[in-house]
Amino acid sequence: MADGPVAEVLLRQLEAADGGLDSAELAAELGVDHQAVVGAVKSLQALGEIIEAELRSTKRWELTAEGEEIAREGSHEARVFHSIPREGLAQSELMRLPSGKVGFSKAMSNKWIRVDKSAADGPRVFRVVDSVEDEVQRRLQLVQGGQAEKLGEKERSELRKRKLLTEVTLKTYWVSKGSTFSTNISKQETELSPEMISSGSWRDRPFKPYNFLARGVLPDSGHLHPLLKVRTQFRQIFLEMGFTEMPTDNFIESSFWNFDALFQPQQHPARDQHDTFFLRDPAEALQLPMDYVHRVKRTHSQGGYGSQGYKYNWKLEEARKNILRTHTTSASARALYRLAQKKPFTPAKYFSIDRVFRNETLDATHLAEFHQIEGVVADHGLTLGHLMGILREFFTKLGITQLRFKPAYNPYTEPSMEVFSYHQGLKKWVEVGNSGLFRPEMLLPMGLPENVSVIAWGLSLERPTMIKYGINNIRELVGHKVNLQMVYDSPLCRLDAEPGPPRTQGAA
Amino acid sequence: LCFEFGLELDEITSEKEIISKEQGNEKAEGASDVVLYKIDVPANRYDLLCLEGLVRGLQVFKERIKAPVYKRVTPNGEIQKLIITEETAKIRPYAVAAVLRNIKFTKDRYDSFIELQEKLHQNICRKRALVAIGTHDLDTLSGPFTYTAKRPSDIKFKPLNKTKEYTACELMNIYKTDNHLKHYLHIIENKPLYPVIYDSNGVVLSMPPVINGNHSKITVNTRNVFIECTGTDFTKAKIVLDVIVTMFSEYCENQFMVEAAEVVFPNGKSYTFPELAYRKEIVRADLINKKVGIRETPENIAKLLTRMYLKSEVIGDGNQIEIEIPPTRADIIHACDIVEDAAIAYGYNNIQMTLPKTYTIANQFPLNKLTELLRQDMAAAGFTEALTFALCSQEDIADKLGLDISATKAVHISNPKTAEFQVARTTLLPGLLKTIAANRKMPLPLKLFEISDIVVKDSSRDVGARNYRHLCAVYYNKNPGFEIIHGLLDRIMQLLNVPPGEKKGGYVIKASEGSAFFPGRCAEILARGQSIGKLGVLHPDVITKFELTMPCSSLEINIEPFL
Repeated sequence: MADGPVAEVLLRQLEAADGGLDSAELAAELGVDHQAVVGAVKSLQALGEIIEAELRSTKRWELTAEGEEIAREGSHEARVFHSIPREGLAQSELMRLPSGKVGFSKAMSNKWIRVDKSAADGPRVFRVVDSVEDEVQRRLQLVQGGQAEKLGEKERSELRKRKLLTEVTLKTYWVSKGSTFSTNISKQETELSPEMISSGSWRDRPFKPYNFLARGVLPDSGHLHPLLKVRTQFRQIFLEMGFTEMPTDNFIESSFWNFDALFQPQQHPARDQHDTFFLRDPAEALQLPMDYVHRVKRTHSQGGYGSQGYKYNWKLEEARKNILRTHTTSASARALYRLAQKKPFTPAKYFSIDRVFRNETLDATHLAEFHQIEGVVADHGLTLGHLMGILREFFTKLGITQLRFKPAYNPYTEPSMEVFSYHQGLKKWVEVGNSGLFRPEMLLPMGLPENVSVIAWGLSLERPTMIKYGINNIRELVGHKVNLQMVYDSPLCRLDAEPGPPRTQGAA
Repeated sequence: LCFEFGLELDEITSEKEIISKEQGNEKAEGASDVVLYKIDVPANRYDLLCLEGLVRGLQVFKERIKAPVYKRVTPNGEIQKLIITEETAKIRPYAVAAVLRNIKFTKDRYDSFIELQEKLHQNICRKRALVAIGTHDLDTLSGPFTYTAKRPSDIKFKPLNKTKEYTACELMNIYKTDNHLKHYLHIIENKPLYPVIYDSNGVVLSMPPVINGNHSKITVNTRNVFIECTGTDFTKAKIVLDVIVTMFSEYCENQFMVEAAEVVFPNGKSYTFPELAYRKEIVRADLINKKVGIRETPENIAKLLTRMYLKSEVIGDGNQIEIEIPPTRADIIHACDIVEDAAIAYGYNNIQMTLPKTYTIANQFPLNKLTELLRQDMAAAGFTEALTFALCSQEDIADKLGLDISATKAVHISNPKTAEFQVARTTLLPGLLKTIAANRKMPLPLKLFEISDIVVKDSSRDVGARNYRHLCAVYYNKNPGFEIIHGLLDRIMQLLNVPPGEKKGGYVIKASEGSAFFPGRCAEILARGQSIGKLGVLHPDVITKFELTMPCSSLEINIEPFL
């Protein structure tokens, strides 16, 4: 719009001008808004070296809205003076006039009018002089005419105090000819249009250059949650390795499947109120596989299957207590129990990734619920070496190649090993998972054959995700306090690719 | 070394550092500068809880010493007797005892002795609930001892480190403010009878599991120690006694000899403690090789096990290994525990990694497969995925949605630490609305979805509750955008290949009501002949209660009918 006629005029004037011209002056001369000239300058600048423009700021006096009214209609005091007839006017009536209040006091101090307080109908105002000179109006008209410099500093500041004048800074351009100055510029096209393509006019038209430094416009899109993007990748890894997904859509579990079936004794601290969420309603499991329950009870309290047992009084009530599952190993126990009922035994590889719940103290890295990743392999003659071999393949797919194994204690695996990987950033070995062979006291009561071993490992989904996406506070990732900007900005999850530079987080 | 042995070296520090960290620098002056090693011990290795046991274990592991043999000996004079009366049956029925004769304490040994008891109390004794340990200067007492239970008002004695006598009732009050002891009071509080041990002169040895008497207090100079363990778990009481005496008999005149004590149970039967039982297990070497994935000779395996404090030798046909399990290794309850020790001694990181030949075809769990597919297309439809908590307050799923909690079929948690964990969610909507409330600074519109599980009571399930996989979406903007949420439903049905219309297999929405929705702006979604959820414009009260200010429309359906 602005680079049309205004730009052309500007170029013609500039050709005739000596040295250069001022954008504000040109606007006044053409009778257009100053912004229109500025727009023309900018669009000409974008074409290259046709013109040179230097930004200058000048200060200028302008009338306020009230100042403009006075320049047009006269000052309040003059208006008051003129409204008083020869026979005077009641003060109360005068005060009701639009300029009444301000004008009255000013006219009084100018000694143009007087008040007779002894008049019969209350105070009455009379003219003192016959005519007045409206100096304020005259001065404002001078400013309006662009002749503010004719006023003294004192006069200007008095008018400013009365909020009739303001000083504004005007940014103008001093425009001069550029190295490739020409008045003969054809208008540059911004975009290619269908008409240009069909008419072929694009061949003769110049196109405005793009600013390749500017950012593009992000597409409107939905986004997947980073933690669940990582979950998708873990599922993918397990599927690539031939693992079948276990059903885990049961947050509520009986203590039996969560603990007893895993040979975790009933006095174990994990079964404490401090660690586990128990249910008030429904407080107890309604059905348990009683045959199996009896075998579990005997193994705990008396031993069997080659075990000494824990030798304590195992209670059914304790096993019936419903809880929010504390690990997905309860789902693995159910899957292995189902597997044990199928005769003959067929080898199986299982995995699951789902929520688990702990009644723990919360901090920057711990929440009451988190996702557990678990892998299980059941076959004849599996060894610790097999477990380590599978772990190596699994972690290689995560981009983790340096592994070390440390003996550990888990109530339901023996042997047990913690998995450590060397963390390049922290320059130390960090625990990345826990693993082991399920105890015979867990497997044999289920009915699995004696020479079948079951290897298993587990890790949390949150930890690798926080490391992957450089998140320090788990609440920014999981739960309703999530930072949606982080969700919008999060990159693809490619676990085996090199980690990118640490990400900066948006304001919390 | 620790790492190979399964120990975690937590921190190398000194007493000075610890105190200055906890209490500031001034107090640390004068404290010891001796380097302390904080070591994490596996939770089942009670024999490594004190320096004596740890050093012994590592020395044996490095083959510097042979594992000592612990022996129970009957005294030349009269055996110490502890008689249990039947009153204890209801509160704390078991007791075991032993004597460490002619022991020589030093300051360090004494401190370690006290510390071991404390660690056992916290660990295997389950904060003294299962077992409580009392140690006494035998020379200040005269047996036989009686373990009985009495009314609290009838028990009166001078407790440890007090100068006055108190009744048990008074003590319970005094210890309510004791930071250490207050944690144990609940074990006997409110019981009609409290457990108590007397000597033949009526001197109180202890009132387990709370406090010992001052009379029999042990000191660095004590030469003969009487140890009693009372509890509700007989097996654990025996283990605890074995651990203490095996660890500290090292300092007795006759090293590793423990003087027996006789305990007479209410039924008249009497037993001698400590048990100090050595058990023999026979495990085939090829089983160990097969479980670990190594190929070692039986002789080598026997050597490995011996280093783990399990004295082993090859017997029989040369493939069998006889393993002696000492009383310190109560954690060995199955051959698999022996296999683990062989693997540890061999070195986990020396085991050859191999891949099992297990051939399987992978299957996805159908519900998760559908969820994964839908998630992708929900994002493609312009909605952003949220991940909210499965636990929440009653208010979130009931009051804030204009419902009574009893109408929700929600499962209730009995021991939540805060209101955030009162119930499992019965709807995904509150989580999404809270996500919006936490992200009000983000540019509008906000379009969120979540596909996850909710939980309701269901008596047809074994545990009396079940999950349902829900899909919920919300649109939050200056206008309610019902048509956008409605359009999303149409898109979801398109994705699920469900045609519009009332014909069998199709879907329709029908005007309905819901406390969470604005009147006249709520519809029920019927698909494949059943109601699968609702959509509509949220009620202004709901919007306000979730601390939101803009109109909002939502959709929530159960996706399980589309499996």
